[in-house]
Amino acid sequence: MNAPSASQPLWQRLGESRPVKISLLLLFLILTLSLAGPYVSPHHFAATDFDGRFIRPTVDGFHFFGTDDLGRDLFTRTLLGVRVTLLVAVVASLVSLGIGVLYGATAGLIGGKVDALMMRAVDALYALPFVFFVILLMTVFERNFWLIFIAIGAINWLDMARIVRGETISLKHRAFVDAARLSGLSAARILWRHITPNLLGVVLVYVTLTIPQAILVESFLSFLGLGVQEPQTSLGALVNNGVGYMEHAPWVLIVPAAVLAVILFCFNFLGDGLRDLTDPKNSAQ
Amino acid sequence: MNLLQVDELTIRYAASKEPAVDRLSFSIEAGDSLGVVGESGAGKTQTALALMGLLPAHAEVSGSIRFAGTELAGAPPGLLRQIRGTRIAMVFQDPQAALNPYLTIGDQLRQIPQAHRLCGKAEAKERALAMLNTVGLADQHRIYHAYPHQLSGGMRQRALIGAALIGEPDLIVADEPTTSLDVTVQAQILRLLRELRDASNTAMLLITHDLGVIAGNCERVLVMDRGRMIECGMTRAIYRSPTSPRTATLLAAALRIKSKPLIAPLPPDRATVLQVSGMSVSFDKYGEEQRMNAVLPVSLSLREGETLAIVGESGSGKTTLARAILGLLPPDSGTVTLAGKRLSPTLPERTRAERRQLQMVFQDPQSSLNPAMRVFDIVSEPLLVHEPGKEKAALRAAVHDMLQRVGLSRAFIDRFPHELSGGQAQRVAISRALIVQPRVLVCDEAVAALDGSVRQEILDVLRAEQQNTGLSLLFISHDLAVVRQISHRVLVMYLGRVFELGDNETFFRRPRHPYSKALLNAVPLPDPDSTFADQPLRGEVASLLSPPKGCPFHPRCDLSIARCQDAVPEIENIGGTRVACHRAAELDLSY
Repeated sequence: MNAPSASQPLWQRLGESRPVKISLLLLFLILTLSLAGPYVSPHHFAATDFDGRFIRPTVDGFHFFGTDDLGRDLFTRTLLGVRVTLLVAVVASLVSLGIGVLYGATAGLIGGKVDALMMRAVDALYALPFVFFVILLMTVFERNFWLIFIAIGAINWLDMARIVRGETISLKHRAFVDAARLSGLSAARILWRHITPNLLGVVLVYVTLTIPQAILVESFLSFLGLGVQEPQTSLGALVNNGVGYMEHAPWVLIVPAAVLAVILFCFNFLGDGLRDLTDPKNSAQ
Repeated sequence: MNLLQVDELTIRYAASKEPAVDRLSFSIEAGDSLGVVGESGAGKTQTALALMGLLPAHAEVSGSIRFAGTELAGAPPGLLRQIRGTRIAMVFQDPQAALNPYLTIGDQLRQIPQAHRLCGKAEAKERALAMLNTVGLADQHRIYHAYPHQLSGGMRQRALIGAALIGEPDLIVADEPTTSLDVTVQAQILRLLRELRDASNTAMLLITHDLGVIAGNCERVLVMDRGRMIECGMTRAIYRSPTSPRTATLLAAALRIKSKPLIAPLPPDRATVLQVSGMSVSFDKYGEEQRMNAVLPVSLSLREGETLAIVGESGSGKTTLARAILGLLPPDSGTVTLAGKRLSPTLPERTRAERRQLQMVFQDPQSSLNPAMRVFDIVSEPLLVHEPGKEKAALRAAVHDMLQRVGLSRAFIDRFPHELSGGQAQRVAISRALIVQPRVLVCDEAVAALDGSVRQEILDVLRAEQQNTGLSLLFISHDLAVVRQISHRVLVMYLGRVFELGDNETFFRRPRHPYSKALLNAVPLPDPDSTFADQPLRGEVASLLSPPKGCPFHPRCDLSIARCQDAVPEIENIGGTRVACHRAAELDLSY
């Protein structure tokens, strides 16, 4: 009596899961605000105002989230921070997606000794201490916004490669791939028409779970002062700044921290929800 | 008073309009045996789960289930737990899944009487050991300490039956207890259940899709279809003269090994299409030093328009042989010759035109179709490869024509595989294979996963294609009744070797190999009057890693002589049948 839904295309079933729906809606809202906000807000993100330092959140003068230690509007700066943080996270995830899928699918499809060699290389990379690696990169190449993308992506692809490899191996042994081989299809066509479309589900789920990881790493680096440079900012840099005034101006910390938390929640719920939707074992509920 | 009285039992799920079980009423008396039969989706398993109180929480149950005067429908979990195990016990279809892989067999049996506080630990162990012996696991001390993966499928099912019986229940619910087993082992397990029932006064509810299994094992039968009871009564009466036309259809769909073949005999002038000689295949097994010989040199030939059936228990090498012929596996040795032309051993080395000639239909229709592709793309893809540059309109016409040949309307071309039933999916898989007009089609258990009536339709499709196009079929099956219907010749394999190769009529009337005879004997007949195989073949197929010396079948063979233990019999021609048995010439195994 299993519901047939398990095998329906994923996008047709997004509506089935409430956490997925709510998360998507919230994320869409935050994204739209962060893209439109800085243009709508009367304050420039870098404009300082030494008479207006530490204004509490208020509607007067349109300082919805108040101002920080230099009198900069926190609303505008938070929206900018969201933009930068999401950009870093999405680009880093796409980097890891690109490398990971290519690497994993190749290892899985070719198999044998090539596979063993490629996966041992992944194991070796896992042993690299990440923070050390990033600090090293930063000192060698100076602080560079784009370097952060690459550093995060270069680390995250390892998990992706392992997952894609495993999935490719199990797909390779499915009867429809045998049927395709018997039909005379070339290996490239089998990869393109029969393997890749069926990898999409698992990859999509994994990417939504990598994004919050990348956000956290970026925030962590910014918090250490290794991230983006002033007057540009990210959620991590804002939190870092806010910590210094926690006692007499808590909103400078709480606002960006809360936004960060909401975004992380949304991505985690989204990833979890998508995983449940793509897992055929959960079809009964 | 009846032991079990079910009244107006209805089970609904919010997701579907039709109830899974609709106002079902029946009763079982102490010591009675009731068979529940029906095709998939008939509500058999739902009924069993309801009796055990194991339905998922979102199932809506109404009606009454009275067991020995206690109402079980809506009973509190504590009461159900008391009843499960000691009053009603269940035997599941898949013993591998029903046994906990982390506990020894002994622990799993012992904990049942302990959990119900029937006795202390020491006595529980005594009981478990005695029970293992009762269910035919004579080496009970070793089995007690074994983990499930160390036992064969048949032994696991015996252990599971032991676990069901150890609480001395009044009723056993057995849900397809033999479906995942080979026929020979099925015969052993059914015999065990019969004996145990005779010895204790336990009632049994036996759920199965196989009318043959019910015939020899249940006094009464209940026929279900789409959640409803169709009829219920004495097995003999219903099998002889069913009152409902639906039962009559079910009985007609049940294949009979003794019926006439449906296939027309092959004209003698047909040319050989496929010639396989000396084909052998071995595998590396992880953690083992020696290679596993899955197929020892096998030769066979197939003529135009002919169906050659390959039969044998699991592990006999049937599928491996077929995959090697198709080029999906590299063989150790041997050649494949197609229409006089020798083929390269593996697919990538074969030319496109050669690959086109050999196609395959798989056992599980769903997994053989790419879930991300529509029917049109699935069926047209091989044509795109073999006839590139074909006009879009011509392609569409070809796909329409092909689907029509297998009995699917145009409405199906835009569907995804998950929108198809098992039978429809298998038709699509057949279309994909046949659209390139192959000379040989390999069917690997192509109808094993289908219900009786659907199976018949698919067999009809294959037969029609063969009639119209001269297609040759290599038909792998464990189901001898199907083989009887549609094959011209039968090849019996055992542990990678050919035991017997003969034409259909001779094979089913006068098998030459004791193993063939045992296979035939093990098939349950849908006839309550037939004498069921009272001496089923003992033991199970040996491991390919350590095949017995001499004739690999001798440890299970009642007719073996000293020579069988030393020398592997050569294949000889005896009375038109090719057979590998030292005693083939002297034995009369007429069936």
